[in-house]
Amino acid sequence: MNLYLKNVFILVGNITAFSSRFFKEVFKTGFEFREFARQCYSIGYKSLPLVTITGFIMGLVLTIQSRPAMAKFGAESWIPGMVSLSLIREIAPVITALICAGRISSGIGAELGSMKVTEQIDAMEVSAINPYKYLVVTRTVATTLMIPILVIYADLIGILGGYIGVNMHGEVNIVRYFSQVFESLEYVDLLPATIKTFFFGFFIGIIGCYEGFNASSGTESVGKAANSAVVSASLTIFIIDMIAVQLTDLFF
Amino acid sequence: METMAKNTLKTGEHPNHQPLIMFKEVYKSFGANNVLNGISFSVNKGENLIILGRSGSGKSVAVKCLVGLTKADKGEITVMGKDVTKLNEQELNQIRMKIGFLFQNGALYDSMTVRQNLAFTLEHNNRNLSKAEVDTAILEALTNVGLADAIDKMPSELSGGMRKRIGLARALIIKPEIIIYDEPTAGLDAITAREIIELIRSIKVKYNATSIIITHDLTCAKYTGDRIIVLKDGIIKAEGSYDDIENNTDEWIKSFFQK
Repeated sequence: MNLYLKNVFILVGNITAFSSRFFKEVFKTGFEFREFARQCYSIGYKSLPLVTITGFIMGLVLTIQSRPAMAKFGAESWIPGMVSLSLIREIAPVITALICAGRISSGIGAELGSMKVTEQIDAMEVSAINPYKYLVVTRTVATTLMIPILVIYADLIGILGGYIGVNMHGEVNIVRYFSQVFESLEYVDLLPATIKTFFFGFFIGIIGCYEGFNASSGTESVGKAANSAVVSASLTIFIIDMIAVQLTDLFF
Repeated sequence: METMAKNTLKTGEHPNHQPLIMFKEVYKSFGANNVLNGISFSVNKGENLIILGRSGSGKSVAVKCLVGLTKADKGEITVMGKDVTKLNEQELNQIRMKIGFLFQNGALYDSMTVRQNLAFTLEHNNRNLSKAEVDTAILEALTNVGLADAIDKMPSELSGGMRKRIGLARALIIKPEIIIYDEPTAGLDAITAREIIELIRSIKVKYNATSIIITHDLTCAKYTGDRIIVLKDGIIKAEGSYDDIENNTDEWIKSFFQK
């Protein structure tokens, strides 16, 4: 147990040191815009099908599952508001971030791990190219900016899924549905939920990069890097979510 | 190999006897494993130095210390008059821009075509170049290694020998003053290995670069090196021309030449 705890603290310390280098490098001149754009396309655009499907199912299932309980209290008309509130405040950010941790963090971990094992990162360094700036900064900035956009997109698709769910057992006009959704939403529902997604994105990127950069030699370590990236990023998402909920409760 | 003339220069006989690289009492260990135990040697301008040794003798670690990929624990490594162990990242990059490094497996960037691999290095080192200048330099480097027609291929489409040649083109595109070859013939068949050896010899003539060639291949050492140092357990066991090493009476060195 002591050894396990020690290893956890070492990992946290190493990721903190790795992240602190990010803040030093990101403000230096010579940002790699071309690679950043490539990463935004890969992380953002290419995740859209996955986020669309999961977002839609989240909204649909949440509506169908909550209907019987709401019906017992005769509160079926509250379903659009309840679903949208649940999606925006908690479900869409966390589920989307977890999906992205699986797709993006593992992808970054495996890619950089493979580059490390095949000496591509060394080749960059020897060519006087800063691999941290080229690989880590671009990917982490891309995840930090793309995850919030994907979450907002998942919110919208989830609400649309909720509309389909509501109409499975009755008929609700789309204008009425969305007016009920917007009536139940307040500014304080959107702001903390959106802020926390930037942190989700940052940690998805930086953890993937950390695991890839620290892959030891051998192809086995590439798989380990990808696996560790998903596990660490997913756990971090839950921890950030817990802290964010506590802070939101305190300040809003 | 009949067409190849063997290099027979001895230590100190090189025409440009002016050290460009100097190792002075360099130590490096990884945990309890002492990899370099106070090695000292120098490489003269325009010279091809072979570092010969078995796996784990510290050959690769020595050159990694030279280019700053690994930091030496103790000692001095001077490249072009500057001690690389004391340089900051920016100063080290100035030195790195003058060094071409051929990695054992080429280390080509998987996600880029051959053209992009070469352009990436060149454009990052010289951002003022026009597209036409970059294209000309790429074509020239690829022509020098005899692979101009592979320009739009992905690394996955290349054979082991081709990857090494493209890796060499990438090292040459910056017109380096120093070239480091890490096991240039390892994992290649005899014919491809001979082609790489010929290439190293032609590069020496064409670029007049100073080279360090890490190898355990005696044929490569014989035909590409002006001088050889033999490493064993992080210390220099012998130094001299190929003939000196071949005629060395030490049993361990003799075992190298036994077939």
